[in-house]
Amino acid sequence: MEKLREIAGELLKSNDVKVVIGYTKGMNNKVTPFFAKKQEDIAKLICGNSCAQNLAVYLYKKDISDLGKPAIVANIHTLRGIMRLAVEKQIDKKEMIILAIDNAGDIQKLDNLSDLENYLSSVIPQLNEEDQQMLDELNRMTPGERMVFWKQEMKKCIKCYACRQACPLCYCTRCTVEENQPQWIPVASSVVGNLEWHMMRAMHLSGRCVECGQCGKVCPVNIPIHLLPVRIAQEMKTLYGTSTGISLSEKCDMSTFKPDDKENFIG
Amino acid sequence: MNHQFKLLRKESYSGLIGNLLKSQQVYGPVKQEGYTYYKRISYPDEITEDYIIPQMSAKSFVFPKIEKLFSFVKSKDGVRVEDKNLDTIPKKVIFGVRPCDATGIHNLSAIFLWEPEDSIFKKRREQTTIISFACSSADDYCFCTSLGGGPGNTAGSDIQLIKTGTNDYLAEIITPKGAEIVSSNPGLFEDVDSVEKEKYLVRLPVCFDDSELEDKITDAFDTAIFDDLSMKCVGCGACAFICPVCGCFDIQDETKGSMGQRVRIWDSCGLRQFTLHTSGHNPRDTQGARYRQRLMHKFSYMPDRLGVKGCVGCGRCSRACPVEINIHENLQQITKLVKIHKHE
Repeated sequence: MEKLREIAGELLKSNDVKVVIGYTKGMNNKVTPFFAKKQEDIAKLICGNSCAQNLAVYLYKKDISDLGKPAIVANIHTLRGIMRLAVEKQIDKKEMIILAIDNAGDIQKLDNLSDLENYLSSVIPQLNEEDQQMLDELNRMTPGERMVFWKQEMKKCIKCYACRQACPLCYCTRCTVEENQPQWIPVASSVVGNLEWHMMRAMHLSGRCVECGQCGKVCPVNIPIHLLPVRIAQEMKTLYGTSTGISLSEKCDMSTFKPDDKENFIG
Repeated sequence: MNHQFKLLRKESYSGLIGNLLKSQQVYGPVKQEGYTYYKRISYPDEITEDYIIPQMSAKSFVFPKIEKLFSFVKSKDGVRVEDKNLDTIPKKVIFGVRPCDATGIHNLSAIFLWEPEDSIFKKRREQTTIISFACSSADDYCFCTSLGGGPGNTAGSDIQLIKTGTNDYLAEIITPKGAEIVSSNPGLFEDVDSVEKEKYLVRLPVCFDDSELEDKITDAFDTAIFDDLSMKCVGCGACAFICPVCGCFDIQDETKGSMGQRVRIWDSCGLRQFTLHTSGHNPRDTQGARYRQRLMHKFSYMPDRLGVKGCVGCGRCSRACPVEINIHENLQQITKLVKIHKHE
């Protein structure tokens, strides 16, 4: 924590960065995103295992971009989010400093995307145990049982879009679900509409999801919605052997093709 | 206000729910995978008393997330429109509503029954009986007392049950609808002499002066405080949808072939699209402007125009916020404003 504050303090002092995007302790001891803009804010910055949110979502928010060049405190989820956003040309031109923090709490200052790529080359993405258990449970179900499970979960959905808004890869400024003339999928939060919305989001994230699980963590009605995109990410790994948010040269597997691709899944 | 009190012994409690189940739909707080929701019950013992507040508020009983307004069919002769048949709205009794949620329905009525009255809301309100449970516990997010509410607040309730030291219940009879339940279950309620309701309620400190809040927030309109408070906001609608008083809605036509229905669905001023014009211009283009609207509506416009606040201090929005924006903390900050920092 001291080292983070030291580095962040120096960055703000040198006027190289205008804001440090990080975490602080909020009311009721909850960890909450924090934007350190002045020297006196530095003491409020914290880091540690409870700082789990993916902060990459703030890199393309206009209010925050307007502040100037940022430094961003980045756990593995945020790092992969940043990498993927860069791959998708959302922040590839953006000047920023990345303060990468590993599980042991060690901090490394990364000045650009190649530094980030180097850093990530030694990281093996791993799903947390709880999520893996839930996925195993879902995998054991028959398709019919899984449909029952998800339909039951979808009844709770209130279409607040916390999942979408908290996801760094859901950066579309206009989402299909908000189109109402015509309605591509029902705008109202009916079971069918909810199911269609979450299926659409999961498909749209296939080959793009960085498996941070943020969408599930933020759901106000506790739907483990991250299991859909995360499950597809695992499928992508099996099919193409690729992971996301790791390398600058990675592609979007679902929108890339080769003339000699097998087509044995048709018919 | 001097309400009449009766004693409902623990042995009679299930009997009361059982009797109500015979004549109408009964809902109550039910545990589901560790979380509590207001759900329809078939047996008295489905109701839990082990909860602070349910995940979702009770507003959906009067303002459901999807409300059909009318249906329409297009034919060669024109379009036939059929209003929602209000007689299809069933009688319901909701057990175990927290006083904050009951107050939420009371405050929501000020919006929907403002001229012209919303006939669907009105009918739902009439058909719904609320039997609230006074609070004997609270958590770090509860702050109803700072907004003039309290763990034994009776606004919006027809009967309030207060659990006593002997696990019996004091029944405070608040409305004629509540009195009717008591009179139609004569064997279950006993007379009671002295009532010390307060001693069974949780003590929740008052953290700010709500009249000061209204003055300060109204003055703060042109300041940067709302931008600061909402900088971390990701712009979802979780706070509004789980709020017991947020009443804003969207209208959508859902069609299939030549027929369809017009529905009213929950909406939120926190969503970018809420004020987006057809031209592409958005008068509330930043999250700060949207958060200002959210707070001003609840703590300035509603008290000014309707005489009720748009917040009951349940703390649900803070519990649900993906980025831990805490409304209680924000309101305390606003009441502490002395000399306001103006936009540059």
